[in-house]
Amino acid sequence: MGQDYISMWQDLGINLENHDCLLKALADIYQQIYLSQENRPEGMRYFDFVISEAHGLRIKELLEAKKQGKKVIGTFCVYVPEEMILAVNGICVGLCAGAQIGFDEAEKVLPKNTCDLIKAFIGFKLTQVCPYTESCDLLVGETTCDGKKKAYEILDKLTRKVYVMEVPHRKTEASKELFLKELFSLKDNLEELSGVKMSVESLKEGIKIVNEKRKALMRLESLRAYDPAPISGLDALLVNQIAFYDDPVRFTQKVNELCDELEEKIKKGIGVKPKGTPRILITSCPFALPNWKLHHIIETSGAVVVGEESCVGRRYYHTLVPENFSSVEEGIRLLAERYLKTHCACFTPNTERIEDIKNMAKNLKAQGIIYYSIQFCTPYLFEAYQVEKEINLPFLKIDTNYSMEDVGQLKTRCEAFIETL
Amino acid sequence: MKVLGLDVGSTYIKVAFFEKGNLKVLERDNTSYQPLEKCLRYIEKYQPDQVVATGYGRNLINTNLENCITISEIKAFAIGAKFIHPKVRTILDIGGQDTKAISLDEKGKVVKFEMNDRCSAGTGRFLEIMCKALGYKIEDLNHLEIEGEVKVKISSLCTVFAESEVISLIAQGVPREEILKGVHLSVVYKVLSMLKRILIREDLVFAGGCSQNKLLKRLLENQLKIKVITLKESPFLGAIGAGIFGLKSTTS
Repeated sequence: MGQDYISMWQDLGINLENHDCLLKALADIYQQIYLSQENRPEGMRYFDFVISEAHGLRIKELLEAKKQGKKVIGTFCVYVPEEMILAVNGICVGLCAGAQIGFDEAEKVLPKNTCDLIKAFIGFKLTQVCPYTESCDLLVGETTCDGKKKAYEILDKLTRKVYVMEVPHRKTEASKELFLKELFSLKDNLEELSGVKMSVESLKEGIKIVNEKRKALMRLESLRAYDPAPISGLDALLVNQIAFYDDPVRFTQKVNELCDELEEKIKKGIGVKPKGTPRILITSCPFALPNWKLHHIIETSGAVVVGEESCVGRRYYHTLVPENFSSVEEGIRLLAERYLKTHCACFTPNTERIEDIKNMAKNLKAQGIIYYSIQFCTPYLFEAYQVEKEINLPFLKIDTNYSMEDVGQLKTRCEAFIETL
Repeated sequence: MKVLGLDVGSTYIKVAFFEKGNLKVLERDNTSYQPLEKCLRYIEKYQPDQVVATGYGRNLINTNLENCITISEIKAFAIGAKFIHPKVRTILDIGGQDTKAISLDEKGKVVKFEMNDRCSAGTGRFLEIMCKALGYKIEDLNHLEIEGEVKVKISSLCTVFAESEVISLIAQGVPREEILKGVHLSVVYKVLSMLKRILIREDLVFAGGCSQNKLLKRLLENQLKIKVITLKESPFLGAIGAGIFGLKSTTS
């Protein structure tokens, strides 16, 4: 990395020593897991580049945008409408973290039996290794699970930048009203922060940009339905992860270019793995960058991952927002309706999620389901029982965390499961 | 055609040698810190045309050998148990660091399985450490005939805490045979919870390094209320299964 990056990180308050460790570890893991894959699509080069410049060029872009008066807003959940952030001329970045960094520090302020997703974002903050968190003008938290809710209180003490919006836990009319009110409050806050008034045009523009992004991701998902799979699950996961922090317009274009290439490959019958390779659908918890553990284990055990029913995956791009409306209020109402179709396990009851899994399994021709929960993620751990009962496919439940200590056992489990398909 | 099935476990390397389709030799050795060297010695000895590796160290062997393929322990045990005991529908494998419960259909296909997590409760290693505290060797357990009800309860599932429970029982003057029974029952309880998560059907074959342990077998039968079948090949079922898989893959 060039000298200008180092001074940029210094200015952001990054702890260079910790940060260096993180970047080195990442480069090694990326080489091992990603660059060693065979038959990768050409179109993945862009995403490799984005990863290599994740803490460099993209941060530079964010800082330049900030100089021009734009605000950077960090989020931790697919319930926070990115469209509204764009509508006040803001930039939205996903801040969930997927590596065991700063856990010793995190465990000083969090209970030990907290999920790794939460430990990681607090750990990243406490060890000052995330230039995204440091670039943000506002961090939007939400009340999805108890752990996150309480962690935001701590994060606010550390940053003084946290705004929490309430996400209801039921799908009743009253809950819908509550969520709508929350979106209006978020609007006021975003407008105040950015000094930009949301207009019908700007909201339409924000919705259009995000719709195009989601459409591209849906297109990518639909191409994974082919056998032989034209793209590995690992690469598709990477694209879904990058969706959370890359420039949305550029990202959409690159995903579509990748899809064009994949369509050509499908026509020619070219895949990344032989035709007939067992097909796995992963469901449940999110895979924040750089969490590639389970996909890597599965895809080095003779199978291919064809979809993720996850917040990094289907729950992010599931539905579009209508682009025809005549007032900001109406637009926000349409957003609220769309977002409440995100079937997160923090809702009760949440039977729609089971339908989503069934549909995905059918459309993607999955032969087995791997139910992935992060240790201590109560909502998803609980739903495993109901999902297993309702889904008529071979089912493997994996309860794990970000550490590598159980890789051997997970590999045995996944291999044995794949052998049964 | 010579095929070698290698089950590289955490404690023992088990070997099943097949020639002209017949099982000729079963043998085993400590895994130690040189599993690869030990496996290569077996390969030198038997000169197989095909090697099939399973167990914890399967990939180590696979990456260092050309004519080697791998299968998971679960599949290997399923194939091996079906070959030796065709009526098998459930397998309980208590090995050194892993314990597995496997449910099979009539054809011997794996329907469901459970494995211990990253915890040593209910494994051979747990027994081994408790034995050491009681002055037994793990091999002694296979010959011991310990009668009577279990009177002492070991409540901790954590190996370190269970060991301190054992030590405090010794200090209270409890006879070591009684403590040993309690230790075994603790393993049985842990294993039962795993078995209950799959479908238990007869015949149930007890496999792995701990399968020759008579006390464990008796306590399991008491709890399960069904017959637990131990075969003389029980510790070798993984290696046998790997070998059979090799025979099938070379003929097809």
